[in-house]
Amino acid sequence: MSLNAALIRRDFPIFERMIRGENRLVYLDSGATSQKPNVVIDAEANFYRNNNAAVHRGAHQLAEEATEAYEGARLIVADFLGAKADDIVFTKSATESLNLLAYAMGSASMENRFHLHEGDRIVVTEMEHHANLIPWQQLGKRTGAQLSWFNVDAEGRLDLSDIDSVITDNTKIVALTHQSNVLGTINPLDAIIARAHHVGAVVILDACQSVPHMKIDVKTLGVDFLAFSGHKSLGPTGIGVLWGREELLEELPPFLFGGSMIASVTMTDATWAPVPRKFEAGVPNMAQAVGLGAALEYLEQVGLEKIHAHEISLTGRLIDGLQKIEGVKIFGPTDLEMRGGVVSFTVGGLHPHDVGQFLDSKGIAVRTGHHCAWPLNKKFGINATVRASVYLYNDEADIDALIEGVRGAKKYFGDR
Amino acid sequence: MQLDNLYQEVILDHYKHPEHKGLSVLSDVQVHHINPSCGDELTLNLSLVDGVIVLSWDGVGCSISMASASMMAGLLSGKTLKQASPIVDSFLSLMQSKGTQSGDETLLEDAVAFSGVSKYPARIKCALLGWMAFKDAAVQVQGKYSLGSES
Repeated sequence: MSLNAALIRRDFPIFERMIRGENRLVYLDSGATSQKPNVVIDAEANFYRNNNAAVHRGAHQLAEEATEAYEGARLIVADFLGAKADDIVFTKSATESLNLLAYAMGSASMENRFHLHEGDRIVVTEMEHHANLIPWQQLGKRTGAQLSWFNVDAEGRLDLSDIDSVITDNTKIVALTHQSNVLGTINPLDAIIARAHHVGAVVILDACQSVPHMKIDVKTLGVDFLAFSGHKSLGPTGIGVLWGREELLEELPPFLFGGSMIASVTMTDATWAPVPRKFEAGVPNMAQAVGLGAALEYLEQVGLEKIHAHEISLTGRLIDGLQKIEGVKIFGPTDLEMRGGVVSFTVGGLHPHDVGQFLDSKGIAVRTGHHCAWPLNKKFGINATVRASVYLYNDEADIDALIEGVRGAKKYFGDR
Repeated sequence: MQLDNLYQEVILDHYKHPEHKGLSVLSDVQVHHINPSCGDELTLNLSLVDGVIVLSWDGVGCSISMASASMMAGLLSGKTLKQASPIVDSFLSLMQSKGTQSGDETLLEDAVAFSGVSKYPARIKCALLGWMAFKDAAVQVQGKYSLGSES
């Protein structure tokens, strides 16, 4: 059975509202943030209604229930990723997860495996979101480590032809995205992981655009750290996940200091709680973690394989439709092999903002701009694109509305 | 159509046929402004010739930002800094009006067409790109001529 998007939309109350007058909502901006099903909204609200108390503190019933709900959410995330619960760290966002790694590594002492110094190398790619570029760029500046990167070819794929000269013997970190948030490209990981591990580097995966849309098992994936955000996975904002290999999380120094993350404290020193608590200072975003748990259970119920197949089918229809419009240029692979449901394009000489505004007047929500990947835009010689991204609640009618909308924008602005 | 309120004819005209576009070879000051949320860019050349503003500009951006820069350059060229100041203030105030003002036509002339933009919060920065560049350039040129006390 394929996925019934109309049935799924009934679980998402936002699709009941009208946009810019009497237009139904055609939401094609899930790459920025996903909409939320009732089960998520309810899980978050019910935590506050029924179980709210600070987790891991207090001997009262509410504190117990809150802790159980929060740790229960950690178990759900672990199951979702094929990981162990203790290897799941809750953060406030994927951005924080990546910054946690960069700051923790930056504070590693000489004898720690993560210690960086001049002569070391950090490798990224040209297609990184700013959240997986700037933390590493700045870590390089702080430690003297050199930043290198894989280039992107005209097709929007990583150029791995020079892999041995990019990932060198002195490379300590390889940080890359699983799926480009601009191009939709899914990056092949095996060769990169093999080379990185051969030289003793750790591989950090920005999985924001992949974890919500396809089955990921960290046991078979082979990376060392993985970050994703709750709000792109049907969950609430304010909750992100960092997964890491147990022995690596243990060796990694803490990033934020404070309550809950300690084993013992004196006026002059402190020791750290075991992982994952070592990385969760302060009262965490409990209701949001619980909401994320509900979101991932919902995704599992629908089925990640089904969701992925549905998105790929919609992406094919979208690319076909766009390619039939004169003047439309797609940035990223136009074949469906190793690509996800994110399609960026320009429409002749029209500015993406104007296209987006026209689409908005028809109730169609797309992203316009540089999508937090400024260097990639410059590489393709553009300032901005229109980006449509699909999820489980989209259907063929949404895609057709977009195609018609793009034709309408061309007409409205006189295809300058 | 609601959209026509935003994209008024005169705005689309300026977008298609921008005025004062193409940078002069020489200028007293040159400023480069970027809208970091969308990547739009604009370069503005400002000179004072006998105290009178001479503007030229170039840029990449949406119809709102380009048309607004075009109208700004048309409105302010030929004026003194002292005459330009209330026009700029009036435009800024119109943009902050959330759709409650229709704009002072004696000061803004055709630029009152941008009143519709103030209802679209995401687009206000587009409309302001050229004007903020002018404000920046005006301060710099005043410093250059030490005109601060006169304006």
